[in-house]
Amino acid sequence: MIKRSFFKSKYLPYLLIFPQMVVTLTFFYWPAIQGIFQSFLLSDPFGRRSQFVWFYNYIELFTDPLYLKSIFITFTFSIAVAFVSISLGLFIASMANRALRAKALIRTMLIWPYAVAPAISGIMWLFLLHPSYGIVALGIKKWLGVNWNPVLYGSDAMVMIVMASAWKQVSYNFVFFMAGLQAIPKSLIEASAIDGAGPFRRFWTITFPLLSPTFFFLTVMNIIYSFFETFGIIHTVTQGGPGGSTNILVYKVYQDGFVGLNLGSSAAQSVVLMSLIMVITFLQFRFVEKKVQYSG
Amino acid sequence: MVEKTPLLDFFTYAFLILGIFVVGFPIIYSLIAATLPLEEVSKIPMPLIPGDQFMVNMKEAWSRGNLGAQILNSFIMASGITIGKITVSMIGAFSIVYFDYRFRIVIFASVFCTLMLPVEVRILPTYEMAANVLSPLQVLWDFLHLDSLISWFSGHDISVTLNWCLLDSYTGLILPLVASATCTFLFRQFFLTVPEELCEAAKIDGASPMMFFRKILFPLSKTNIAALVVIEFVYGYNQYLWPLLVTTNPKMTTAVIGLQNLIPQADDLPEWNLALGAAVLVMLPPVLVVLFMQRWFVKGLIEKEK
Repeated sequence: MIKRSFFKSKYLPYLLIFPQMVVTLTFFYWPAIQGIFQSFLLSDPFGRRSQFVWFYNYIELFTDPLYLKSIFITFTFSIAVAFVSISLGLFIASMANRALRAKALIRTMLIWPYAVAPAISGIMWLFLLHPSYGIVALGIKKWLGVNWNPVLYGSDAMVMIVMASAWKQVSYNFVFFMAGLQAIPKSLIEASAIDGAGPFRRFWTITFPLLSPTFFFLTVMNIIYSFFETFGIIHTVTQGGPGGSTNILVYKVYQDGFVGLNLGSSAAQSVVLMSLIMVITFLQFRFVEKKVQYSG
Repeated sequence: MVEKTPLLDFFTYAFLILGIFVVGFPIIYSLIAATLPLEEVSKIPMPLIPGDQFMVNMKEAWSRGNLGAQILNSFIMASGITIGKITVSMIGAFSIVYFDYRFRIVIFASVFCTLMLPVEVRILPTYEMAANVLSPLQVLWDFLHLDSLISWFSGHDISVTLNWCLLDSYTGLILPLVASATCTFLFRQFFLTVPEELCEAAKIDGASPMMFFRKILFPLSKTNIAALVVIEFVYGYNQYLWPLLVTTNPKMTTAVIGLQNLIPQADDLPEWNLALGAAVLVMLPPVLVVLFMQRWFVKGLIEKEK
């Protein structure tokens, strides 16, 4: 789309878009092409010789049980993070929306974890859930009777990174649910109250359905968050361990590429991730975006 | 609300206070840990009464983690990304919305395609790119056999290597993250809502495009810019993967990554008081930015993501 009234100039528009094109080409398109090209190559770890092998890297990848496990782990992890953080975010937001007093203060107290770096969230939860010093770990051991040890047990480590990742994301979801809740017309709520619906009934029959676009949108955003931005958490907290039980796809790309120097495989994994992101983006624009009704 | 529900109201506030407490707990607990001496912090369970060692711990963490230099690095990186992104994308969007030219659609589509691709999915090739930004030109050079061409012309053996390495530099930390379509897209959406009459009037008054941009478009975009400043600063400051790859020199490390060195490992003394004190200190700048610019932050977050 363009404005009905616009400027005419021979060189100026190109000059203005030039910086954007330069960064996009050098840091998106060229690396992406390089990555796709590299994913068809098999090279020795020093990068001296390489051989064109067609889809060998991809076949290797999808027959590698470690990679399949990593896919499974990533999906488990992202669904858990999305579920925990969205339900908590919705719960707190609907409470905050009910509150009549101190609204601004409540909002302030709830949004700041968004600004905490994932890696720092990881450090704090590492301490809270530390098998010998952590106070939360102590509580788990005492009250739930679980022999908690994320250093040894994969499932415990998974719970730990889910907590560290979801904690930070609660405030993100909170902001969006608050905006969504405030956009719901008061008259609807009042009308149903006059018809005799109580607060809970109103929530489930009016508020919740009207929030569904926000809900879909947040599901997508939270899954993308847990796919990529949680790298810092994995790297500080578990390093993919114990025994690869928290080795999510992004971390595996890093490990295989930069630590293991298996360049072809790492490139193939990048391409798989890129296609995955494109599918998610496409789905979002195609199906979610249309039904969304944001503030207004 | 609509009707009086004293019991539910009570639970509302009770849950809110509980929620605020749960959300704040990791930080409060870390702060308490940061005030305790080593013997206290490694007690099981750690006492919940703050000690008096806060300044001592902070000083030790500050010097051991080299936090001063690292926070400065993070600041430079975050500001660079913020300023770079906003400048590049604002003039880019201006070009896309307010001019009609041949490749407009192609250019817009090519930028739009990169909308959702985070740096994480293309780390290795982007790293190689940063190791030598001129490598595409080198490929072109070699492809055209310019070496032998020049040798043939000049009669000497000449070989040209184009190399510009961004590793371990601020440029390397900043530039690859400046490439982002989200801001361009946001400014485009905003410019499209600016009334046509303004541009019309400016043209009648004989204003040049840049004059229109400076005198009308820029002042109108101020709230959008403020919102983006908050979001991008937080984004830049909290980057993890990219600085981890690009910097090998400890002097260039950013604060969020440097913290890793302070985490006690299995065989170390459990000096969690230092690690957590440093963590709280490092998280402070973006948290303060969000708290003090809350209004713009919420606006920016909601507009950017939709």
